[in-house]
Amino acid sequence: MSPEPHQRRLAVGIDLGTTNSLVATVRHGVSEVIDDEAGRSLLPSIVHYREDGSVAVGYEAAEQAAADPENCIVSVKRFMGRGLDDARRHRTPYRFVEAPGMVRLATRAGERSPVEVSAEILKALRQRAEQALGGELVGAVITVPAYFDDAQRQATKDAARLAGLTVLRLLNEPTAAAVAYGLDNGVEGVYAIYDLGGGTFDISILRLTRGVFEVIATGGDTALGGDDFDRRIVEWALVETGLLAAAPEGGSSTQGGSSTQGGSSSQGGTSSQGGTSSQGGMPSALDRAIEGGLITAGDLRAMLVEARRAKEALTSHGHTTYAVQLSDATRVTLPLSTERFEQITRDLLERTLAATRRALRDAGLDVADVKGAVLVGGSTRMPQVRVALERLLGKPPLIDLDPDRVVALGAAVQANLLAGNRTADDDWLLLDVTPLSLGLETMGGIVERLVPRNATIPVARAQEFTTFRDGQTAMALHVVQGERELVADCRSLARFELRGIPPMAAGAARIRVTFQVDADGLLSVSARELSSGVEASIQVKPSYGLSDDEIATMLRSSIGAAADDMRARALRERQVDALRLVEATRAALAADAHLLSPSELHEIDALVARLDQARQGADADAISVAADALARGTEAFAARRMDRSIASALTGRKLDEVRL
Amino acid sequence: MSSLTRNHFDLFGLPAAFGLDRAALDAAYRSVQGAVHPDRHVAGSDTDRRIAMQLAAQANEAYRTLRDPALRAGYLCALRGVDVAVESNTAMPPDFLVQQMEWREQLDDAVAARDLSALGALRAALDDARRALLDALAVALDDRGDTQEAAGLVRRLMFLDRLAANIDAAEERLLHH
Repeated sequence: MSPEPHQRRLAVGIDLGTTNSLVATVRHGVSEVIDDEAGRSLLPSIVHYREDGSVAVGYEAAEQAAADPENCIVSVKRFMGRGLDDARRHRTPYRFVEAPGMVRLATRAGERSPVEVSAEILKALRQRAEQALGGELVGAVITVPAYFDDAQRQATKDAARLAGLTVLRLLNEPTAAAVAYGLDNGVEGVYAIYDLGGGTFDISILRLTRGVFEVIATGGDTALGGDDFDRRIVEWALVETGLLAAAPEGGSSTQGGSSTQGGSSSQGGTSSQGGTSSQGGMPSALDRAIEGGLITAGDLRAMLVEARRAKEALTSHGHTTYAVQLSDATRVTLPLSTERFEQITRDLLERTLAATRRALRDAGLDVADVKGAVLVGGSTRMPQVRVALERLLGKPPLIDLDPDRVVALGAAVQANLLAGNRTADDDWLLLDVTPLSLGLETMGGIVERLVPRNATIPVARAQEFTTFRDGQTAMALHVVQGERELVADCRSLARFELRGIPPMAAGAARIRVTFQVDADGLLSVSARELSSGVEASIQVKPSYGLSDDEIATMLRSSIGAAADDMRARALRERQVDALRLVEATRAALAADAHLLSPSELHEIDALVARLDQARQGADADAISVAADALARGTEAFAARRMDRSIASALTGRKLDEVRL
Repeated sequence: MSSLTRNHFDLFGLPAAFGLDRAALDAAYRSVQGAVHPDRHVAGSDTDRRIAMQLAAQANEAYRTLRDPALRAGYLCALRGVDVAVESNTAMPPDFLVQQMEWREQLDDAVAARDLSALGALRAALDDARRALLDALAVALDDRGDTQEAAGLVRRLMFLDRLAANIDAAEERLLHH
């Protein structure tokens, strides 16, 4: 049933991109991007901490990128959920500060985590949307690259909460694009979603069957994007002008960068430790250019901006002129042809094609099974991408939707649905997967995999482990993510300990570890010793994520609210939640009271009445107690209703009852 | 029986048998997810959402298990009280063990010789053996109800699937290096 227009719950989809961000919403049944007051759709994902203490976001911030690079944060998405070592793989003008879990950036406004910087972008989009829609948002669907790991997803969710947004769902970007594309075109079959953004590359293989979007496999590279193509142009320009020695022929960017000199400051560092700079990092030639003092951070920024312009010019013309003025008044002017550009970026493109082939292999499919490729991300405008994909798949990619907008448009459709603005023809469903395998460290630093990559979410998997010492009373659990056999080669997500195991002989304890990945792709882990019932669990976030308290503290300092306000706000939130629960339960009773015995019905009625009374008071704890009691008291009822809806779904009957 | 404790076949309203209508399984999976997926219960109470998540996870697990013949057969054996005990190979008949070793040797030889056509031939032989095993499993589980025999066949099937994966990986390496 569709709510009256005036009851429509305002929800948006946000594409939080490396280079640009967008916000979209469904109005009058149509998904559309919300423009700013100047009529612009894109918001450059740039945050500038200004001298007067204010913060500028978007175009205004972009104007200062060359003049004030250290305080103007560009492409912050690359640092989400990442440590110092990862951050330093990218050559940037920023002063990174080591911090537990996630790197921080030193700005004139103080140290800022990537989560806080991203929250500024989200705040700007939220304001834009609330102004345009004329009301408070009930929530947002935020998109993330499909290949984002747990830490990056958690960081994104934290940023949204920090921006005051209720996250209805984290949605994978390619899946969002498929929704926008598939619903518009009513397509069926297997599609490849090729998403080359500013800083990340994703490939997803989806099967569309009668309104079900089923992701079969996903893959990609979180450190490869359009920015890397820009950097190749800068590197080329420096070599052409003789500012840099040419890289060896065949010039992939992986020559050992440890030969650099003078870069001993904390912002220096070399991008390659043990030859890992190929992992989407900056070509080492650029490291040398900055560290050798050939160009300044501002020059690099200006050269990158011009590289981007040249790249875009090459999408419609066969050649362009690369022209930039450096701070020492040197003027660089170079002709650049499409052929040369393709040549200096061929290995980047090849990496995307290799990932595409691997995703197809994971899906157990052949290129011939793919009905079409949907292009996402502005970087897919590069002609060589389209040519290469056509060669791989044997058919031209689909381009009827703007690759810059398609993700936000799909996210808005999903947000509209999740906010409860469901209409009769909204009978579609997304079934997504977890992109990376999840496991535990076992003896010898070997990974025991519990959830394989491409498992459909939500997923719960359990496995039993045992103690290896007599009388062992605690067990350390180290949760890792990645495809490699050795813990050292995977990303560490969290460590926690199960204590209080009764002393037993080695191998006698039975410890059941359960991994659960929710519909946002976020992991929680619990461990339980089966004979004693001792239990420990963890929402996997301490190393990268923010606790609720930290979020509250940050909110408080950012809005300058007093503690009283925070308490009032907490009470109000609880009252709103309680009202929601009361209403949801009453609606369930109105529809399905016949599933209860008279005494059960009576009991639930009493619990509802108690919560309804508590929520009208000012005692937050009393509201929580009553809400918990109602939640427990309706468990069996909820399970019975769910059974009933499974039964009707299987017999193909349409549910005409009010949905919860 | 509550949905939280019912078996995978019951969850999808399918008969508990090895023979399976794949189209019916796919349709049932989509119907059940359509009813229980967390996206359908965003506005529900915390209790609703928790149950939705558990059921959606179970539906995914059930779908994964039932669509794979080896997992499906092993699950059926477990439902009928026989643990397939995949770790132990002791119950394997000698002729199958000999066959295993021969296949392993053929794989090693083909890899050493970088012989793609030999790999392809081995893969084809495995596919034939696999089809025969699936037929035998259908008879053992669905016609004769001999779960013990079926458990032995499942162990062989799992071995074949592992070897097939090794061949595919070897082929992949040869193709790309």
